[in-house]
Amino acid sequence: MQALCRDCLTQIAPQRRCPQCGSPRIKSHAELFSLSIAHMDCDAFYASVEKRDNPDLASRPVIIGGGKRGVVSTACYVARIRGVRSAMPMFQALKLCPDAEVIKPRMSVYVEVSRAVRAMMDELTPDVEPLSLDEAFMDLSGTEKLHGKPPAVMLARLVKRMKDELGITGSIGLSHNKFLAKVASDLDKPRGFSVIGKAETSEFLHDKPVRLIWGIGPAAQASLDKAGIRYFSDLLRWEKLDLQQRFGGMGERLWHLARGEDRRRVSAHAPVKSISKETTFFEDTAHMEVLDGHLWRLAEQVADRAKARALAGRVVTLKLKRANHSSLTRRISLHSPTQLADTIYRRSRELLDQVGDEGPYRLLGCGISELVPEARADTSGDLLDPMAGKRAEAERATDAIRKRFGNDAILKGRALR
Amino acid sequence: MKISIERGTLLKAVAQAQSVVERRNTIPILANVLIEAEGDTAQFRATDLDIEVVDKAPAQVERAGATTVAATTLHEIVRKLPDGALVTLTSDAATGRLSVDAGRSNFSLATLPREDFPVMATSEYHSNFTANAAMLRRLFDKSKFAISTEETRYYLNGVYMHVSDAAEGGKALRCVATDGHRLARIDAPLPLGAEDMPGVIVPRKTVGELRKLLDDDEMDIAVSVSETKVRFATPNITLTSKVIDGTFPDYTRVIPVGNTRRLEVDASEFAKAVDRVATVSSERSRAVKLQLEEDRLVLSVNAPDSGAAEEELAVAYGDERLEIGFNAKYLLEIASQVDRENAVFLFNSSGDPTLMREGNDESAVYVVMPMRV
Repeated sequence: MQALCRDCLTQIAPQRRCPQCGSPRIKSHAELFSLSIAHMDCDAFYASVEKRDNPDLASRPVIIGGGKRGVVSTACYVARIRGVRSAMPMFQALKLCPDAEVIKPRMSVYVEVSRAVRAMMDELTPDVEPLSLDEAFMDLSGTEKLHGKPPAVMLARLVKRMKDELGITGSIGLSHNKFLAKVASDLDKPRGFSVIGKAETSEFLHDKPVRLIWGIGPAAQASLDKAGIRYFSDLLRWEKLDLQQRFGGMGERLWHLARGEDRRRVSAHAPVKSISKETTFFEDTAHMEVLDGHLWRLAEQVADRAKARALAGRVVTLKLKRANHSSLTRRISLHSPTQLADTIYRRSRELLDQVGDEGPYRLLGCGISELVPEARADTSGDLLDPMAGKRAEAERATDAIRKRFGNDAILKGRALR
Repeated sequence: MKISIERGTLLKAVAQAQSVVERRNTIPILANVLIEAEGDTAQFRATDLDIEVVDKAPAQVERAGATTVAATTLHEIVRKLPDGALVTLTSDAATGRLSVDAGRSNFSLATLPREDFPVMATSEYHSNFTANAAMLRRLFDKSKFAISTEETRYYLNGVYMHVSDAAEGGKALRCVATDGHRLARIDAPLPLGAEDMPGVIVPRKTVGELRKLLDDDEMDIAVSVSETKVRFATPNITLTSKVIDGTFPDYTRVIPVGNTRRLEVDASEFAKAVDRVATVSSERSRAVKLQLEEDRLVLSVNAPDSGAAEEELAVAYGDERLEIGFNAKYLLEIASQVDRENAVFLFNSSGDPTLMREGNDESAVYVVMPMRV
């Protein structure tokens, strides 16, 4: 058995308190110093950042989310005790927790903190795979010689630095593959450090529900339910072939996951499959002018991200959510892939015009998918739209102006709607 | 109802009906063909609510009457019967079945009441004229490849048939189709009585069904046009269709008039060469580069992932050097429209639409948008 003091980072023999610093935060596990795949998840990230910047909020419930409408994007742990959860509609959250401090997300600040965390992770290993602003996989295999310390120590040091230097806390999951690392990081939040070793993997999974698997949502859950699969132990009864036949590609993955096997690599460059943006309105609207303004702004954001990543999409998608939360999506395949806001806007506007639904809507989104490198984008014009070339040139010029003078230096009248 | 009809005649009539019937139907009666027998003819009617086809065939009518039966099933049965067989169709009101008997084969098919069958409302036609089958065939065959499949631009999902000033003077019956990447504009002499015809967008499916009426060069087709419907009729078959309710875009400004760089090339040699070089590319839109200099054309494809190809053609070209790219499929399609003379391409710059026609014949012109290569 090996152990580590998470406060002074000393490697010790398992005991209740650290002989060096007296801290009780000791992590001990037989495989502690041999495991190297980790998942780091910040604790209530947006809320932690807000509390850091405004210490008055420290002991109060804080909810990050968009206005009175919209949904909770993050709730601090004080609010979570009252039952507030991420993705819960705001009105419901406020019913549970009327004294909560509701704060509009300050994305630029979060992005900055996220970058700082990323820089710290990059110091540990080149194999960092961010999943979002506040969580990432890391593969620290083979870094022990480099750092002179096993991965567990470096990971404990990472969260300590995040706390000391950035004022935010995170939880670590350490295991032998991505699936288990992600499961582990969630076991002991906040400020957790959980380890799932090879030896106890099957015992650990045995009575866990399959919804533990990242990507098993209500729909997948329902179809698994039909097959009588609720727990990992149920999965073990299935032959690989039968699972494949019943669930397709997912079946094979389930078979391996049931055995605690996950061979996906931690990859710093996980390919992007789509780029999209959506917005929830302050008030439901069916007003075409309002929708149009939003659509243009969304299209511009999608185009900006596509341009930043040198990608273009062959498919444009429009997403709408009605007042009763039912959603509808429409998609169109383009003749040549695009990264232009003008094209994304025009094609999704066509889709919006033909949606054949009166609204009102609470959410509007648009995006591109079937991505290709930008060299293959916008290769051919449209006979019926001879001005498209001019508009494309104007967009490139606008981009150049913004790069030099800032994003507000120039914008379309449409963006003000 | 009880009729006897020769297998070949029946097959033709039923084939026409079942091709109008949509494969996936939510309204059961629309999967059926309505058979009406009276005098010495049997009439077969099918519809998808947008298109209606009525096919008359000579038959021995023993007992007049009408019924409806699944079009595809009847078609399959008749298709599999031996050539020359005499087929007897007998409807039994008591059992609600239609029996199909030929030689030793007997079938009994479920029917639906004829009263449930939707018959397209007859309407007033503004314009009635007669057109020769060969002429209509040319108009639609040469334009239909450019019909758009994009549902958001529904007004491009057909051929725009209208009266126009002919390129060579006088008036013309003109068919135009485009999908925004290529355009076809085909003219024919304006038939007598068509002068006041309203311009209509004939849907893609109707164009396909119409084609089956046009095989006989000598056949005269009676054409009737209103703002909302179009009808094509031979003595035996009447095809009625709604037209697309939309405005066809002003295509005239799309057709370049100032293109001066002239390339003349043997169309079939050109098409074969394009086809050959395009083989190395596996992309969805294969781009072919045309490099032009005096009397020489080099076609090339460069697909970084799979390979490269190049082919040289002797051509007539006397202008400055030019490099321009196109979608290989579009080049092939327009080149294959040329059947008598050389293909003449007129270019402007590598970013502008290019025009193609057959020799100096202005009655069929094609425009294609270049691709950046």
